Amino acid sequence: MSIPLTHYLTLAAIIFTIGVFGIFLNRKNVIVMLMSIELILLAVNINFVAFSVFLGDLAGQVFAMFILTVAAAEAAIGLAIVVVFFRNRGSIDVEDINLMKG
Amino acid sequence: MTISLFLFYILAFVATAAAVMVVAARNPVHSVLFLILAFFNAAGLFVLIGAEFLAMVLVVVYVGAVAVLFMFVVMMLDISSVRMRGGALQYLPIGLLVGIILLVELVLVGGTWTLAGSEIASPSPPLDSGVTNTEALGRLLYTDYFYAFQAAGVILLVAIIGAITLTLRDRGAIRRQDISMQVHRSRAEAVQLRKVKPRAGI
Repeated sequence: MSIPLTHYLTLAAIIFTIGVFGIFLNRKNVIVMLMSIELILLAVNINFVAFSVFLGDLAGQVFAMFILTVAAAEAAIGLAIVVVFFRNRGSIDVEDINLMKG
Repeated sequence: MTISLFLFYILAFVATAAAVMVVAARNPVHSVLFLILAFFNAAGLFVLIGAEFLAMVLVVVYVGAVAVLFMFVVMMLDISSVRMRGGALQYLPIGLLVGIILLVELVLVGGTWTLAGSEIASPSPPLDSGVTNTEALGRLLYTDYFYAFQAAGVILLVAIIGAITLTLRDRGAIRRQDISMQVHRSRAEAVQLRKVKPRAGI
């Protein structure tokens, strides 16, 4: 195995940045924003696993599994909220989500 | 260039390109498909680095559950992709600004951070070399991290209940089986005896 650690860190940084960029770019669609959050969590997982392997400590991979769990729960709840919102308002535009503005 | 480095570059390039397409695709269905591609490539990267169990879990959980959930919701909601992309360019400058600032910050952090000696420069061998990745993870997960593991299960349970209660709606006009009503019927109200005359009917 001859891949240096910096390669993994660079890849994770790039994917993380793409995810943050996606949140800003897709102001019309909440689902794509949720997918961007999944990308960010994937980047975090890559970092965790890379450090876990290079440090010889399996705790990083255990925590990557917990991140996976939380990401699945977050996606389920987020999509349920999106479905309910679409049922009530007929749109998933971010700018329409202003019911609590008063 | 060794074969593993070559594989890494291919997987990393496809993963990055798929991530870009998740953000940039016009159709949300295409976004979900590119997300699946990105997850598959990340799983390949995990296999390459030696975390086989996490790679398989990534495929099962993300591709098998989360991405399919996304696909269901995207196809269930009736959103026209033409209207969706109306003012996307309006947020392009601020998004680019934040993205570039973040990337510069990450590069600065990574550039100034020194690798702690030679022990982190190459992958450390696993502590117990006769044990597979899955077995080692299981030994750690069911002993040291047992309470955290249970808490993860509780989180998933809460997510299930929350998602069901959010999306369940009572439509009213549905006929449901009422067991107690069925059991409490008496013979008097359920059976009617009639004397039928010949050639007359009821």
